[in-house]
Amino acid sequence: MRLHPTLSALRQHKAGVLLIVLQIALTLAIVCNAIFVIGQRIERMNRPTGTVEDGLIRISQSWFGAPAGDDAASVEKLDALQRTDLATLRNLPDVQDVAASTSMPLQGMIYSGTLSLNAQQTGVAVSAAYYYGDEHLRPTLGVRLIAGRDFRADEILHRTLTGEAAPSVIIVSKPVAGKLFPDGDALGKTVYQDGKPATIVGIVERLQTPTTAKWGSAWDYNSVLEPIRVDGASASYAVRARPGREQAAMREARKALLAVDPLRVMPDSWGIQSLSQIRDKIYRADRGMALMMAAVCLILVVVTAAGIAGLTSFWVGQRRKQIGVRRALGARRIDILRHFQVENLLIAGGGVLLGVVLALALNLWLMTHYEMARLPLPYVGIGVLAMLVIGQAAVFMPARRASHVPPVVATRAA
Amino acid sequence: MFGYYLDLALRSLKRSPGLTALMMLAIGFGVAASMTTWSVFRGVSGDPIPWKSAQLFVPQIDSWGPSQKSGAGLHEPPDALAYADAIALMHDRRAALQSAIYAVAPTVLPAGEGRSPIPVFGFGVYGEFFPMLDVPFRYGSGWQAGDDGDGAPVIVISDALNRQVFGGGNSVGRNIDLDGRDYRVTGVLKPWNPQPMFFDVVDTGGFGGNGPDVFVPLQRAIASGMENAGAVNCPKGVQPGAGYAGLQKSNCVWLAYMVELDDESAVQNYRQYLDNYASVQQKLGRFDWPPNNRLRDMRAFLDHEHVVPDDTRVSLLVALGLLLVCLVNTAGLMLAKFLRRSGEIGVRRALGASRRAIHAQFLTEAAVIGVGGSALGLLLTAIGVFAVNRMLPPRLAELARIEPALLLLTVVVAIAASVLAGLYPTFRAARVQPAWQLKTN
Repeated sequence: MRLHPTLSALRQHKAGVLLIVLQIALTLAIVCNAIFVIGQRIERMNRPTGTVEDGLIRISQSWFGAPAGDDAASVEKLDALQRTDLATLRNLPDVQDVAASTSMPLQGMIYSGTLSLNAQQTGVAVSAAYYYGDEHLRPTLGVRLIAGRDFRADEILHRTLTGEAAPSVIIVSKPVAGKLFPDGDALGKTVYQDGKPATIVGIVERLQTPTTAKWGSAWDYNSVLEPIRVDGASASYAVRARPGREQAAMREARKALLAVDPLRVMPDSWGIQSLSQIRDKIYRADRGMALMMAAVCLILVVVTAAGIAGLTSFWVGQRRKQIGVRRALGARRIDILRHFQVENLLIAGGGVLLGVVLALALNLWLMTHYEMARLPLPYVGIGVLAMLVIGQAAVFMPARRASHVPPVVATRAA
Repeated sequence: MFGYYLDLALRSLKRSPGLTALMMLAIGFGVAASMTTWSVFRGVSGDPIPWKSAQLFVPQIDSWGPSQKSGAGLHEPPDALAYADAIALMHDRRAALQSAIYAVAPTVLPAGEGRSPIPVFGFGVYGEFFPMLDVPFRYGSGWQAGDDGDGAPVIVISDALNRQVFGGGNSVGRNIDLDGRDYRVTGVLKPWNPQPMFFDVVDTGGFGGNGPDVFVPLQRAIASGMENAGAVNCPKGVQPGAGYAGLQKSNCVWLAYMVELDDESAVQNYRQYLDNYASVQQKLGRFDWPPNNRLRDMRAFLDHEHVVPDDTRVSLLVALGLLLVCLVNTAGLMLAKFLRRSGEIGVRRALGASRRAIHAQFLTEAAVIGVGGSALGLLLTAIGVFAVNRMLPPRLAELARIEPALLLLTVVVAIAASVLAGLYPTFRAARVQPAWQLKTN
C-alpha cells in the first residue's frame, strides 16, 4: 500500500482537511472530559449510604405550640410527646422498628463535631457527623455492626440539642475508629467529643454522613451514633417498614401521628419520606447534569460523524474523474475503498493527536478553575479508539460509493 | 441584488439537499444545546436587583482568627457575622442603610376552627432592610425604627401568605398568629422572590422556595425563641450554650449582614470603620490577631460564595464547545460546497461580477443556512428547555424559561454562527481565478 496518492490528494484540500482535523480534535477533547464528568457523577450517585435503604422512612415533624424547652419540666413534656409518637409508630402493623433520629444519610440536616484523643483536643482530630438517637437507631437504619454492641436502653439520655449532658458511650463508624486508632483497637477506648469523654462501645461498618455537600466530602463516612433522644419543638424519627410494606407504613404513620395530634406540622413535601425519595431528590442535579452532558456528547459525535461522511462524499463526487482514471489504469475497487479509508485514518489520526493535547489542556484548565479531578489516561485512550472507529464508520459509505465509480468515467469530459 | 443572491442561494442549496440539511442540523443542534444551558446559566447567575447591586455590600469580620479555617479558605474571614459584631455594626449605623439578617421558620396558625398550622419561612431583619433592598409593598410598609429596638410584635407578610390567611385584601393593622403569639401586620408585599436570594445566600444557598413568607424584627425573633432556620457555624471546638442566649454569647457566626454604600468615598470610609472596629476588638483582647476584614459588593460576594453551581458553568462550557464544533463542521462543508462551484464563480467573474459581489452572494447563502438552522434551533431549544425542566431540581429548573429574549438570541446566534462559518469559504471562493476556471472547463 502506497501512501503517496493519498497524501497528494490531501494536499489538494488543505483547508478542508484542516477543518476536519480540528473538528475531530475538539470533539475528542470535549467528549473525553464530558464522559469523565458523567463517570464521576455516576460514581457519586452510586455511593452506598451504609443503611438498608429499602423500607427505610424518615419522619420529620414539629408540634404546634410546643413547650419552649427552656427548663427541666418543659423538656420532660417535650420528651413525653416524642415517646408517645415513638410508641404510636411502633404499634403500627407495617412498622418493624422505629427510632428517635435527628439525621438520615442524604437528607442534608447535619450535626457535627470533632473527636480527639484528649480533653485538650491536641493531636489527632477527626471531624464527624453526629447521629443522635435511641437504642433502636442502629437496627432501624440497618447499619452493620462489625464490633462491640448496640446501646442499651438505660444508656439513652434525653435533652435539648444544646443541653449539657454528654453521653458516656458512643458507636463510631469504621473510618472514625481507624483514624483515631490506626492499630485497630478502638473498641473500649475513650475518646473526646469536642472535649468531653465517651467510650467507644461499638463500631459500624459504614454510615454516610447526612450531607452530600462539597464541604463535607473530606469526611463523608465519618459518623458517630450518640445515645441521645433530642427534645425540641420538632422531632424526627427513623422508621423501618416490614419488607415490601414501605408505602403502607408511610400512609399508616401519617394517619396515626395526625390522630395523636392533628395540629402537628408535617407537610406532604418533607414530612414523611422514604430514603429512596430522599435519594432521588438529593441526586437530581447530578443525574440531570449527567444526562445533559450525555446528550451533548451524543450530538457532538453524531455531528462530527455526519460532517466526515458529508465532506468525504463531497470529495468523492469531486474526484469521480480521478477515480475513473485510477480504475482505468488498473486500480481495483478495493484499492479505491482503501484509498478513502486510509485518507480518513490519516485525517482522524492527526485529529486525535491534536485532540489528546487539547483534552489534557482542557482538563488542566478545568482543574484550575473548577472542582475537577485529573482526567485518567484510559478515558483518553478509549476516546482515541472511539474517534478512529467513528471516522472509519463515517467514511465507509462514501468510500464504497467511490469504489463503484466505473473506469469509463475517465473517458468522459468532466 | 439581494433578491438575486437569495435566489442563487436557494437554487444552490436545493442542488445538494443532503449537505444542506446536514449544515442546518449542525447549526440547529449546536445553537439549541448552547441556548438551553445558557438559559439555565442566565437564570442562576442573574442579578436580581441590577439597579442597586453596585451599592450593596457585605461586610465580613474575622472573629475566628488565623488558626481557624472558615471553609472559604485560609485567611478568609467567616462568611457571616457573630452576634456581637452584627449588633455592634447595627448600633454604629455607619452605612446609609443596613440590616443584620437571619432565616427563621415559625408556624402560622390561621384564625378559624379546624384550620391546620402553616409552616412558613422568613427572616429576622431590621426595618432598614425594606428601603435598602427596594422591597415592593402592595399595602403598608416596613415597621418603624422604634420597633427594632423594642422587638415589637410586628410583621411584614408576603402576598401569598396574605391570601392564604386573610383571603387577600389590605390586611395592614390586622393580627396574625405566629408560634402562638399575635403579630400586627405593618405591610403586605407584592410577589417578591429574588433569585438568587442575594441578601442571605449563606442561609438559603441562594435558590429555592416560593420566596420568604414573613419578616419580623430581628430582636423580636430572638426574644421569642423563633426557630432558627439558618446555618450556624462555630469555630472548631466551640459548642455554643443553650438556645439563643448561648448563640448570642458565642463566636459562632449565624447572621448575614448587608449595607448600602452610595459612593466610593462611603465605601472607603466603611472599610476604614471596619478596620477600626476590629482594632478596638484586638485592643479589648477579644481578637488576638490584626484586623482581617472584607467588604465585597453583592456580586463579588455571590461569586465568593459560589452561588452559581460549578456544574452549570461546566455544562455551559461543554455546550459552547459543541457550538464551536458545529461551526467548524459547517465551515468545512461550506468550503467544499463553495469551491466545487469554482466554474460558476469563474463565469460570474468573467461576466463582470466583482469580488465584493461574490462575497455578498456566498454570505447570503451562509445566512440562508443560518435561517434554516435557527428554525431548527428554536424547535430544539424548546425541547431542550422542556427536558431541563424535567431533569434538574425544581429550584434550578424553574429559572430556565423560554422567553422572547431567548428566542431572539437563538435566531441571532444561529445566523451569526453560519455567517461566521461561511467567512473563510467565501473568502476562498472570491479568490477563484476566472481565467483558470474558464480554461479548464
